[in-house]
Amino acid sequence: MIIAQQKPVKDIAAMISDCNKVLFVGCAGCVTVCLAGGEKETEILASSLRIMRKLEHKPIETVTFTATRQCDPEYIVALDNMVQEVDAIVSLACGVGVQYLAERFKDKWVVPALDTKFIGGATEHGVWEEKCGLCGDCVLHLTGGICPIIRCSKSILNGPCGGSQYGKCEISKDVDCAWQLIYDRMTALGKLDKLMEIQPPKDWTKSRDGGPRRAVREDVMIG
Amino acid sequence: MKTESKLQQILDNGQFGVTAEIGPPKHSSSEGMRHHAHMLKEHVDATNITDNQTAIVRLSSIAAGVHILDSGIEPIVQMTCRDRNRIAMQSDLMGAYSLGMRNVLCLSGDHQQFGNHPTSKNVYDVDSMQLIQLLRRMRDEKKFFSGEEIKEHEPRFFIGAVANPFADPFEYRVARLEKKVEAGAEFIQTQCIFDMERFERFMEMVRARGIDERVHILAGVTPLKGWRAAKYIQNNVSGMIVPEELVQRLKSAEDPKKEGVNICVEQIKYIKENIKGVHGVHIMAIAWEEVVPEIVERCGLYPRPKIN
Repeated sequence: MIIAQQKPVKDIAAMISDCNKVLFVGCAGCVTVCLAGGEKETEILASSLRIMRKLEHKPIETVTFTATRQCDPEYIVALDNMVQEVDAIVSLACGVGVQYLAERFKDKWVVPALDTKFIGGATEHGVWEEKCGLCGDCVLHLTGGICPIIRCSKSILNGPCGGSQYGKCEISKDVDCAWQLIYDRMTALGKLDKLMEIQPPKDWTKSRDGGPRRAVREDVMIG
Repeated sequence: MKTESKLQQILDNGQFGVTAEIGPPKHSSSEGMRHHAHMLKEHVDATNITDNQTAIVRLSSIAAGVHILDSGIEPIVQMTCRDRNRIAMQSDLMGAYSLGMRNVLCLSGDHQQFGNHPTSKNVYDVDSMQLIQLLRRMRDEKKFFSGEEIKEHEPRFFIGAVANPFADPFEYRVARLEKKVEAGAEFIQTQCIFDMERFERFMEMVRARGIDERVHILAGVTPLKGWRAAKYIQNNVSGMIVPEELVQRLKSAEDPKKEGVNICVEQIKYIKENIKGVHGVHIMAIAWEEVVPEIVERCGLYPRPKIN
């Protein structure tokens, strides 16, 4: 899932400092699971800003709503009436949700409350780690199910580099060397010989380097 | 700030500058570039050296600069943001300066999909605006881009950037040019002008904002060898406009190459005499370098000023 984290409240406050009535829109998708932009976080953020503005003698009126998903037009239609009265919309979704709102409500000032960080998952309660580099051309079958694109700091395809020591990456003692993990797992699976194949340079057109990506499934298109 | 750039001296003296372009080869010999440089050296003030243009791997623009300099022309090293991060850029800039280069032109660079390695990654760690700032910081503040001090021998380039009056949104192109001047650009070379009317409107807006008094603008021109080249640009090159009448004029010409040169000479004369705020011309004779001396002479821009 997409992992996001809330921006500092003062930064969000600065984005809407000239607004008197603001709509806060949460998202019940990924950002609810990673505790960044669900219903609970939306209510807490709205009330934090109300308190902050009251203390500044510039009270603000807030409206809150949590969409099933902000990355789907059908779920943001419900906001059509709510946006009429407000000066701005604060989205607690990932960057996709913010853009869907901005696109639908063309005359409204739409701002992000979250920083969209990466795609990954929880390793323990309150800790999330990046697992996929979204390269568009998965290599996990070559690397024992461990992604070298995002988990190796250099995205090396034929690692490890000379900076790997004691299982850690040269950038930090807190970062595992992905290639140590790959090596260990391939050894355990008895497939070390697979690592002897020289992996060729990737086709980065399938990643962001080829420009904004689009996926099309003609078989499910309507009309 | 005065640099050791001869181009800067010419432009600062108020003389109408003339620059051309040499594209490095797709091999490791300097012979062709030296040949072109000797051909051009009496007729231009400096030549651009393209940096893997259209994302095709070519001999390094900085290495090419050494050959050009050695052949008697001042190089303008083009640096794109596509292939290098800020570490490599600063390293290469210091290297270029140590080899005698004194002018840099900052560009975004064509996307790699147009070149011969379309599956490569692109960098764009800094953009062309930020690259201008990077050069200014190294020169004026004697600092690396990170803020760390350059203790001695900071590279002191004359800093150029580009502007495209034919890209969109049209009005914002002028604002963005101003932004580049704010960032620290000292000379500007424009995209090839074929649509003179649009260029005039662009320059009107440039003058209205007083940008032409803050930066040296060199108008880009390209002699066309025939109507097919014109048509190709018209249909296939993003950010360029070729009016249909120009295509027709080349089509009906008895000697298209000669007509292409005539058109280019007319354009330069027109720009020089009629469009205020233009401080020079940048002749991009793509794979047709040998025609540049004739164009320069026919425009009354020869001989070039001597700078010691």
